[in-house]
Amino acid sequence: MSRYLLRRLLQIVPTLFVVSILIFGLQQLLPGDPALIMAGEERDPIAIQEIREQYRLDQPLPVQYVYWLAGVVQGDLGQSMRIKRPVGELVLEKLPVTLELACLAILIALVIGIPAGIISAVFRGSIWDYGANLLALWGISVPNFWLGILMIFLFSVHLGWLPASGYVSPGESLIGNLASLVMPAFVLGTGVSAVMMRHTRAAMLQTLGADYVRTARAKGVGEPGVIIRHALRNALTPVITLGALEFGTLLSGAVLTEQVFSIPGFGKLVVDAVFNRDYAVVQGVVLVTASAYILLNLLADLAYALANPRLRSGTT
Amino acid sequence: MTLALEIQAMAPPAGPWRRAVQRLLARKGAVFGMVVVFFFVAVALLAPLISPYDPVATNWATVRKAPSAAHWFGTDEVGRDVLARVIWGARASLTAGVISVAIALAFGIPLGMLAGYRGGWIDAVIGRVVDAMLACPFLILAIALAAFLGPSLGNAMIAIGVTATPIFIRLTRGQVLTVKTEDFVEAARAVGNKEMRIAFRHVLPNVMPPLLVQASLAIATAIIAEASLSFLGLGQQPPAPSWGSMLNTAQRFLTQAPWMAIWPGFAIFLVVMGFNMLGDGLRDAFDPRQT
Repeated sequence: MSRYLLRRLLQIVPTLFVVSILIFGLQQLLPGDPALIMAGEERDPIAIQEIREQYRLDQPLPVQYVYWLAGVVQGDLGQSMRIKRPVGELVLEKLPVTLELACLAILIALVIGIPAGIISAVFRGSIWDYGANLLALWGISVPNFWLGILMIFLFSVHLGWLPASGYVSPGESLIGNLASLVMPAFVLGTGVSAVMMRHTRAAMLQTLGADYVRTARAKGVGEPGVIIRHALRNALTPVITLGALEFGTLLSGAVLTEQVFSIPGFGKLVVDAVFNRDYAVVQGVVLVTASAYILLNLLADLAYALANPRLRSGTT
Repeated sequence: MTLALEIQAMAPPAGPWRRAVQRLLARKGAVFGMVVVFFFVAVALLAPLISPYDPVATNWATVRKAPSAAHWFGTDEVGRDVLARVIWGARASLTAGVISVAIALAFGIPLGMLAGYRGGWIDAVIGRVVDAMLACPFLILAIALAAFLGPSLGNAMIAIGVTATPIFIRLTRGQVLTVKTEDFVEAARAVGNKEMRIAFRHVLPNVMPPLLVQASLAIATAIIAEASLSFLGLGQQPPAPSWGSMLNTAQRFLTQAPWMAIWPGFAIFLVVMGFNMLGDGLRDAFDPRQT
């Protein structure tokens, strides 16, 4: 297992290296002098000089990259031009809110997606299967920012049950925290629940047709026992690892969801940075999300390898 | 054996593409998806003829009017007809969906073929770039690209197209690796065909079906991505109509004019669902083992 872990760790090094080049390269897309564009409309000569020094824009491109990378490796993601604070600090401040939202969304996705997938597979070809498939199609097709707007209209404007926007920290009020996150988490979890439902259905159909399930039935195990103890247990492994990978989708979705519900998280940070032309923050957010995604990929692979010894030995 | 049966037996078997089309047309979901997609394509093409009003003409006498016989979908915050803007918005969304995916295919297929066909260090370099791009969540990368390129529909299409490219590179590479060891490719090489000719005449047509499936699903993703970028102000710029930017404005008038939020979102949902159903149908039609 340790050899497998080492191999996987070595594999992510070149990927992280290319990610860093891509993110650094984003700066080169700015038309004209990057220092002038980053300085914004004020065109303050001192600010322009500060930017030139911070990014070493007077140096050749490879030198700029090496300095930037050296900073990143030491945890220095640069300085926000607008807020005048280190990007790393801003990201760390906003990340817990988005992580809480993402965890709730994954929970909702699991609660909807897995039972719907099981029902769909067990009652294959029935009206339940048809209904679950329609639900999944709806889930992957509905734009989450539109769903968010509709939910605000129904539950906040019309019924007055939930707050339309804003965030309450759990330290302030646990009920208030849940009330402020339930709609955004549902909106964010909808698409993921559809993907989970489809994967659970496919995995369950495979395991329900397997020899060991047939053997369990022949030995007189009741149908609920066959479904839960034999089929579902084996079908869930790929679905759970998929859950880890869907975190990337959730981080993407969080950008829009946080915008719709005015939640001061990671997504809102990047949108505000885009509008303030705070490019260091944009680069920092992309770098952190990409690194988190690579790490989650690694964890999902390790979890899968723990469950499947053939992968550890590299025979598959 | 009757003459009719004899003729039938002598007839050449239907080709794989024809069989796929037959299977596609036999699936109700796929046909429904196709109808929805054709409907929106027709709406986008015929917008100048079917639009009841000028989509950018403001009218202060009809500000935020509820749906009526004169304005079926109501009017917006500056008196523009919502139906006219939804109709014209179809152009921006479908153009963005198709062009973004065309960009992704234009880069993805040649690079994927190069990686799969050549192998070695070229494959390793392309593979690492693909891994790195796939590590960045789709929308966050598209937002970052659009932010650095500047807000416009054209730049949004480039951003979405570039972000969608690695999927096509990976898919093409995988298909090429499978197809290039097939007997018919070996046969083409044995009779003296040049590598370029083998790649484009023999390998490419055989990797097309999965690419076609992925393209139709990617159009759905690209339409949502364009609407998302426009919603954030990074796509189509006002006053030009776009479903995403219409929803952005509608959010501010939710209590006074909820109809402003309903129709553009419903249009996105319908067209995305259409492409998803078509994509699912195409996948089942080209690979019946999966059904």
